[in-house]
Amino acid sequence: MNPQLFALAIFDGIAYAALVFLVAVGLTLIFGVLRVLNVAHGSFYAMGAYATASVGAAIFAAGYSPWLAFPLMLVAAVLVGVIVGGPIEKLLLSRIYEMEEVLQILVTFAVFMILEDVQRLIWGAQPFFEASALMALGNVEVFGITYTAYQLILLPAVAVSVLIGLRLFLRRTLSGKLILAVTEDREAATSIGINAERVYLVTFIVGASLAAFGGALASATTSVQPGMGADMIVLSFAVVATAGLGQIEGAALAALLIGLGRSFAIYLWPELEVLIPYLIMLLVLLIRPEGLFGKSRTRKI
Amino acid sequence: MQFNLRTVVPSLIVLAVAVLPLLAPTTQVLLTLALSKGLAVLGVIVLLQAGQVSFGHALFFGVSAYAAAFVGKGFGGGELFSMLAIGVVASLAISVVVGLFVVRYRHIFFGMLNLAVSMIFFSLLEKFYHVTGGSDGLSVARPLFLGIEMEREGFEMVLFYLVLVLALGAAWLTHRFLNSPIGNMMRTIKTNEVRLEYLGVSARNTLLVGYIVSAGLCGLGGALAAVAQGVVTPEYAWWIRSGEFVFIAILGGSGSVGGAFVGSLLYEAVRTYASAFAGDVWQMILGIVLLFVILFAPSGITGLFARLTGRKASPASEEAGQ
Amino acid sequence: MNGKRILASALTAALALGGSALAADKPAELKVGITAFLSGPASVFGEPAKAAADMIIADLNANGGIGGVPVTTYFVDEGAGGEALLAEYRRLVQDVGVDAMFASISSGNCNKIAPLAEDLKILNFMWDCGTQRILEESEYRYVYRTQANATPEMLATVLYLLKTQPDFKTIAVVNQDYAWGRDSWDIFLTALKAMKPDVEVVAEFFPKFGAPDFSTEISRLQALRPDVILSTSWGGDLDTFVKQAAQRGLTNTSVFVLPLAESSLQRLGSSLGAGHIVGGRGDHYFLHPEKRDDAAYTAFVEAFNEETGAYPIYPVFHISQAIAALKAAYEKAIEANGGEWPEREMVVDAMEGLTFAGLGRSVTIRADGQGIEDQLLGTTIVVDEYDFAVLDNMMIFDGDAITTPLGQTSADWLKTLTPEFVESVPADVFSH
Repeated sequence: MNPQLFALAIFDGIAYAALVFLVAVGLTLIFGVLRVLNVAHGSFYAMGAYATASVGAAIFAAGYSPWLAFPLMLVAAVLVGVIVGGPIEKLLLSRIYEMEEVLQILVTFAVFMILEDVQRLIWGAQPFFEASALMALGNVEVFGITYTAYQLILLPAVAVSVLIGLRLFLRRTLSGKLILAVTEDREAATSIGINAERVYLVTFIVGASLAAFGGALASATTSVQPGMGADMIVLSFAVVATAGLGQIEGAALAALLIGLGRSFAIYLWPELEVLIPYLIMLLVLLIRPEGLFGKSRTRKI
Repeated sequence: MQFNLRTVVPSLIVLAVAVLPLLAPTTQVLLTLALSKGLAVLGVIVLLQAGQVSFGHALFFGVSAYAAAFVGKGFGGGELFSMLAIGVVASLAISVVVGLFVVRYRHIFFGMLNLAVSMIFFSLLEKFYHVTGGSDGLSVARPLFLGIEMEREGFEMVLFYLVLVLALGAAWLTHRFLNSPIGNMMRTIKTNEVRLEYLGVSARNTLLVGYIVSAGLCGLGGALAAVAQGVVTPEYAWWIRSGEFVFIAILGGSGSVGGAFVGSLLYEAVRTYASAFAGDVWQMILGIVLLFVILFAPSGITGLFARLTGRKASPASEEAGQ
Repeated sequence: MNGKRILASALTAALALGGSALAADKPAELKVGITAFLSGPASVFGEPAKAAADMIIADLNANGGIGGVPVTTYFVDEGAGGEALLAEYRRLVQDVGVDAMFASISSGNCNKIAPLAEDLKILNFMWDCGTQRILEESEYRYVYRTQANATPEMLATVLYLLKTQPDFKTIAVVNQDYAWGRDSWDIFLTALKAMKPDVEVVAEFFPKFGAPDFSTEISRLQALRPDVILSTSWGGDLDTFVKQAAQRGLTNTSVFVLPLAESSLQRLGSSLGAGHIVGGRGDHYFLHPEKRDDAAYTAFVEAFNEETGAYPIYPVFHISQAIAALKAAYEKAIEANGGEWPEREMVVDAMEGLTFAGLGRSVTIRADGQGIEDQLLGTTIVVDEYDFAVLDNMMIFDGDAITTPLGQTSADWLKTLTPEFVESVPADVFSH
């Protein structure tokens, strides 16, 4: 592998990692606060993609500027988070926080199954492909290889902004600090009068919106089709477990590991590609049982 | 009266399942598959006693099914009991290796690691296309039964009653296992693991035993399903399948061995008829059923039954319903 | 149309009332079960096929059905998984009592269903699946394929490639990682190596089924610059791959060979430019050069476009062939039975040697149950009338010449081909 290919593999890996991170970070945020592993997270990803692609196709066909795709992505992501995510937390998850872990996961599994059919009823089975946003940004050439600016520059930039933005939000704003307090110690936070219910709702909406935003960004690069959520959720699980549950910076690092591992696999040994996320996860957990950034909890007697 | 209901209803269900294929022949294969899956669900229930939920138990279902398929292929059709035995042995062997690793983890990590291992197996099944047939899988020719070659109808009948007997036997043995000292120790892992260690018992070893037992049950179910289906595909080891096992365990009631079978019979019935009559929304129907069960009857159908008959809950079902 | 149907049923009723012994066995309806993907990624094939089946059968029933008997269909979703499919298949055969089954789209499902159909003694048309193995490896009485299989489909692609691009040196493949992707590459490569031994394979990629991103593969391909890139992918996977490749200019530097892209042309829109090779698993193309002036054909294409918002794609042709085969088989059996309604076994007897035509050229069933179907491929051009690429320099290959001879397996037969084979197979050439 010469230095040129080595550099190319790194570019490809980073572009892929950016998208994976955007989805996984929402999952880990929700887990950090609600302590629920949300299987339906993949559905938010898919719905964000569907909403962007279908609305985008309609407005660009009507002759509007492709640059509208970028605000559209944000709007779609927030709408999916509020309209779909909000009621799920308020009406469903809020009833199950006292239940066993397995029941909580299964509730989200049931939501996932329901949303899979909802997507099909709304958007049908035909794949959507709406790449106006990507085309608008044009291409860049590196070492004689053409990349899209969207994947090589925009996606990593967005991922880094989200990472920094989330950090600032959590550390510097009141809502963020409340969320952080609940993450650190739920009981203590409620005892000092923090409205945990509200924190849960806001966190869930933010997490769901992030997943939908990941889907919205992905919709410019890929076919939006049934089943896309199921694949993404398993990958996100691997990222989140590798990172350490609830670890936002960890999710960035784990996504990067998985993205780079995958692209190097494609260059060196393509057949290994699909195994990469799971192998990395097994390896990391073998050495650090709580994940890269996970803290071991003291055991109660 | 109470005593009567408690024993009469389950006996009636077993009897109904036993005669249903005679009255409605098309239900036979469906019931065979449901009971095979029920065996795997029983495996998941064993681990649930220790409060651990695996999102990768389809691994053992798949390992055993493929082992049975290879035996069948390698020996020109194969013989039913040797296929089942080798399938179960294969899943036991894998479970020791995987188990030694995963029993060090609890809760989400336990679930996720099992998921990762099963997904690796799933990916390998798809990758090693020339050995495993890729996504098309391997066909499993109808094996001999105790050296006798049979037509489809006769064989399906024999297989159905064999599965029924095996399911009853496994249910009884699992019940005994869960009420043995080691079964009680597993429940302690759920309630207070450190206390167990203070007693000088290794929680990891206890969980490992439970893990191997549960993998064996999944393996038995997988090999039977492979023979009943006549084909094995990577789908056998997919994470959605693992999720289904957990789903059925909760649906039936994770506290009792009967729940595994009641749950899987109901699940297969809903799934089959929903996909036949509401092809567009069968997944949604299943999801809604699951939500209702969890929100309104978290101890599952068997728990509901126990409550209705006023039976004093056993320690196992009490915990599942908490 | 309604009036006609009423008249037809009145006529049937009158015949029945007449107590004629001839008509006594005639059923009130002919029941057909059809399995197709109505959910999951492969519903890009199932949905159009179902829409087409509904249209064709409504038309058939309006014109007297088959031998005076109207046809009723029962659809089964292949996307519900193998167990549900097999359970539903049995239910249709044993409880509903269907007269024939059309199953299925997925080769994996055909593998499961073929032995079951044989045991249940039900006439089964493998109406869309491609695997050549089922009929080559086992003998069936009840299982037939009403279209070609993967071997002629891939062989025709190799022939078209060698006839149009005789000087290419290097090839890369990007196929979906499942049985079809692997099998079709095996067949393609065996045939290619036999007819052009000096070709060099520079990369083989099998990204997983449903992969959302091919960026890394595309970077790698840009570095390798192969003359030809083959992909037998379909549906969303193919769309994603071609669009991502087009966005990054890969479609300008390599010739893409896409044997299933006929089913994606409209969705690909302007992404797929001129100069790439496209096939449609048979002589299936909405502007079929021999049919595009046929009034009934164009009327169907327009009606289908009206109904579904898209032009017909190859599964539509395949389902039309299965329906045509059923009609032809019953008519042949009725004739052999002196005009009386035939027993089911007689219909099965009628299958061998049966010739029928759906929307494309006619197909003949040979002794092993395999249909002999011609293959159409073309090269994309961009024209003003359509906002997506259409086909030019189309060649239709004769099915007899490119189908594995009876009694041989594809793997063995393909190895016996020589470079001279390319010239020996005639092709009818058409322009857009």
